[in-house]
Amino acid sequence: MQEKTYEYLLLLGDHSLILGHRLSELCGHGPSLETDIALTNISLDLFGQVRNYFQYAAELTDGKTEDDIAMLRYSHEYKNSLLCEQPNEDFAHIILRQFFFDAFHLPLLEQLQHSKDPRLAAIAVKSLKESKYHIRFSSQWVKRLADGTDLSRQKMQDALAHLWAYTTELTEPTPLETEIHAAGIGADLAAVKTAFDDRVKSVFDEVNLEIPDSKYYQKGGKTGVHSEHFGYILSDLQYMQRAYPDMKW
Amino acid sequence: MKKEWPVWEVFIRSKNGLDHRHAGSVHAADAEMAMENARDVYTRRQEGVSIWVVETKNITASNPAENGEFFEPAKDKAYRHPTFYELPDELKHM
Repeated sequence: MQEKTYEYLLLLGDHSLILGHRLSELCGHGPSLETDIALTNISLDLFGQVRNYFQYAAELTDGKTEDDIAMLRYSHEYKNSLLCEQPNEDFAHIILRQFFFDAFHLPLLEQLQHSKDPRLAAIAVKSLKESKYHIRFSSQWVKRLADGTDLSRQKMQDALAHLWAYTTELTEPTPLETEIHAAGIGADLAAVKTAFDDRVKSVFDEVNLEIPDSKYYQKGGKTGVHSEHFGYILSDLQYMQRAYPDMKW
Repeated sequence: MKKEWPVWEVFIRSKNGLDHRHAGSVHAADAEMAMENARDVYTRRQEGVSIWVVETKNITASNPAENGEFFEPAKDKAYRHPTFYELPDELKHM
């Protein structure tokens, strides 16, 4: 089970690592000083959570470090959902991607705080407060953009048309997630899905956004099959460790 | 149409029992956004336990050009400071 726990910690950490990296690309490029700082704060929160997961994961290996885990894997060894790697097309995409992630992440952490693994439960408790703020920020902005000008609403609808297909994967269990939940360590994704659906519906209802009725969806990230964006992310993320192995800051 | 969001002044209480102090300002479309922007910009390093925001236009400020008549007359009225009282010995902690 220790090996499964290791894999699961990587999956949890990878969501936050890759989304955190996407948000870090915005540092200095946010639409206003205030939102720039808000988005990079969220990025730093996520990186902090990644460190907790990967430090724990590293202890389950023979001598790997958190940096090895974060920086020295190949593309197919990363297990983040495809949603997290979607590019920063525009502010509407950034906000809606964040909102979908938060609507998934918050109930996920609520589940994990009751994990049989005490270390994982402690990480979840610590992350939960951060995530509660993230969803406050992202849902508020979803409402603002959807209920703002004709242009902002159009952009939010375009983002929705693009990103909706990536939401199913978040709560659709992989064999690993099914097994780790059965062992009492991992989250119950069926419960997470219910919470996700309720949250999305309540925010969307407030501003008359309609959930697309398309049945078409994308998945693969959680089993290591990534989109074409992922290679570019890794080349940025890993450049320093690959060019200067074992470098310290 | 004015495209800039209005400016809000941010006041932060650093811990319970202390006063709110002016921390700076943020741009925001409304009070809720001002509160979140203030949280993100001014309390990142545990600076506070409470935040007030108020739109800058709602603050009435004294006019620096009138500083003469406003503040200088107090200068030579040292008797307004409570430093001329003899305190009885029984009175402690003053």
